[in-house]
Amino acid sequence: MKVALFIPCLSEHLYPESAISMVKVLEHIGAEIEYVNDQTCCGQPAFNSGYRKQVVPVAERFIKLFQGKEYVVSPSGSCVTMVRKFYNELDINPELHSARDELSSKIFEFTEFLIKVVNMDKVDGTFSHKVTYHDSCHALRELGIKEQPRKLLKSIKGIDFIEMEKSDTCCGFGGTFSYKYADMSISMVARKCKYIDESGADYVTSTDSSCLMNIDGYLRKHNMKARAIHIADILAQSMNL
Amino acid sequence: MNLSPTKTKTYVKEALLDSRLRASVDKATQTSLAKRNDKKEQIPYWEELRYKAHSIKRDVMEHLDTYLETFEKNCVSNGIHVHWAANAKEARQIILNIAHEKHAKTIVKSKSLTTEELHLNDFLIENDLETLETDLGEYIVQLLGQIPSHLTAPALHLNRQDIGKVFHEKLGIDYTEDPNELLTIARNTLREKFLNADIGISGVNFAVAESGSVVVVENEANARLTVGVPKTHIAVMGIEKIIPNMDDLAVFLKLLGPSATGQKASVYVNIVGGPAFQKLKEGPEEMHIVLLDNGRSKMLADPELRETLFCIRCGACLNVCPIYQQIGGHAYGWVYMGPIGITLIPQYLGEKEGKYSPYLSSLCGACYEICPVRINIPHHLLKLRNNVVEKGYSMKIEKIGMDIWAFLARHPKLYRFATWFPGKFQMLLPKGQSFPAPGYTGERALGKFDKKGFRKRFLEMKKNK
Repeated sequence: MKVALFIPCLSEHLYPESAISMVKVLEHIGAEIEYVNDQTCCGQPAFNSGYRKQVVPVAERFIKLFQGKEYVVSPSGSCVTMVRKFYNELDINPELHSARDELSSKIFEFTEFLIKVVNMDKVDGTFSHKVTYHDSCHALRELGIKEQPRKLLKSIKGIDFIEMEKSDTCCGFGGTFSYKYADMSISMVARKCKYIDESGADYVTSTDSSCLMNIDGYLRKHNMKARAIHIADILAQSMNL
Repeated sequence: MNLSPTKTKTYVKEALLDSRLRASVDKATQTSLAKRNDKKEQIPYWEELRYKAHSIKRDVMEHLDTYLETFEKNCVSNGIHVHWAANAKEARQIILNIAHEKHAKTIVKSKSLTTEELHLNDFLIENDLETLETDLGEYIVQLLGQIPSHLTAPALHLNRQDIGKVFHEKLGIDYTEDPNELLTIARNTLREKFLNADIGISGVNFAVAESGSVVVVENEANARLTVGVPKTHIAVMGIEKIIPNMDDLAVFLKLLGPSATGQKASVYVNIVGGPAFQKLKEGPEEMHIVLLDNGRSKMLADPELRETLFCIRCGACLNVCPIYQQIGGHAYGWVYMGPIGITLIPQYLGEKEGKYSPYLSSLCGACYEICPVRINIPHHLLKLRNNVVEKGYSMKIEKIGMDIWAFLARHPKLYRFATWFPGKFQMLLPKGQSFPAPGYTGERALGKFDKKGFRKRFLEMKKNK
């Protein structure tokens, strides 16, 4: 099984270790990893801000770059949503439509890939901490990822998995929303962190580094107990990879 | 109350600092939501109903011209006068003309967002017509000189102390915050007004084409009195309120109660099919319907955004929205608020006036998940943001930034070079510090740029194997 990595901007520049963790887990289960060298950005920040015209050539380039790959896997539900769902809403060159449709059926968020494609049903590892899970909006509502990461987490030995209140409420990041309406965004993450804190968890995990950056930034600034950790890091650490 | 969506950024800031407002809105929305979820659970075919409602509305919008003609024809044969208003000004004039013809002095109104769109109360009062809202929440809001802050609960932003205070100040009664006492006072005041009113003005929840009748759903019986007691009844409706027949009505009523107020069913469903029969001598002698366009046919032209006309104004998207829950309705700066409001604002008022509205969302999608007619609000917001940019109302500096980004993203070497800097500069910052990002940081730290980045780390890892 050949897996081409799609490493979103935040993973490339701010959280490369989580992406490395993902690579280690994928290699562990026997995947042959390929890094498409000239990848850049999928275009989501510009798309979400309304700049579709600017995104079109970037999306077309992305489609060509990943054309013909067996599987494309990414440590971000949000960026996978961009490619799988929102590329359909762009004015893409018709010649690339079939490549786009093919890509949308081959691109997966990491935990979704483990459950759906690899049929992994348990993680053979140990992680002796209290962990809670934050549902990233795009992963949850656009990709339907809800049970997959929970299933994997709960199967880890020693883990104390707790559901926080309103795990499916937005953390307030929203890309450019986080600075366009910064006060609103902060007010939302404050509420999210209150629920995390009340759950008593040592770690809050998720499928997306963007939400985790937002949450961790607030937790640290306000000296709250929990730390944010990408789900790929928990899986890799639990298996001593 | 003079609000404008151009000031929404300021309103949001103010609302977030108003702890009393936030407490009221949070409590009310959470209560509604819990009740809604509970009632929804009791209907096993809820999802099927949502799909059904969506497809009914889609069919209506695709053939709206035919349905409207049928509706008008059947209304006329029921003895109803039908008026067409292209915009708010025309609608106001039609209503005023009826009032003059009837030598009316007093008007009672039941809750109607469409008439809020017309700023009808102010207009009628300016024209020496005593105009009184009779829905309790709307009555309170009118006493305060405000506009509703929620689609179904107009006074949701107020607590009982606020209401006690306004009753004390405006009605000259002793201060009380006992809900039952306040209710009795309001009821006694309003009852008298109903009996003496010349005209009753109502909104319309659904207009049934096949039968030529309008449906007004409510909980307080004030709408029943509004449409039934005064000699003249005027129903004001947007042209999108049409549904084909009574079977379809059943679908929407089933969805509306839980979605709007967390009730299994709304208390009163008034189906009004014309003036009173001659023999009956009860009910209004005359009935008018004002069919309002006011930008709706323009919205209909876009096959994608057309979906925003499916809205049945239940307010569920407000209750579930993590933004609305914290700021309430006035911060949106217009008649329609919350997730559906920010899709409607730029469509009704234009992209210039509504340029900030579609951005007041983190695009989390909870609104789409709860919407009883399955309006894909986050996708429409993305389209509306694109419209703001296309029409040239986005910030110049942002556009320049996006152009540069688009160029770099197609040139990987340059892209890597440009993104290499922050990682290097990170080392110059004091240990443990992250980049300051205007607006973003303050209450939260930004993540730290990695010196190497994934690509380098990955290539090194491969080399060492």
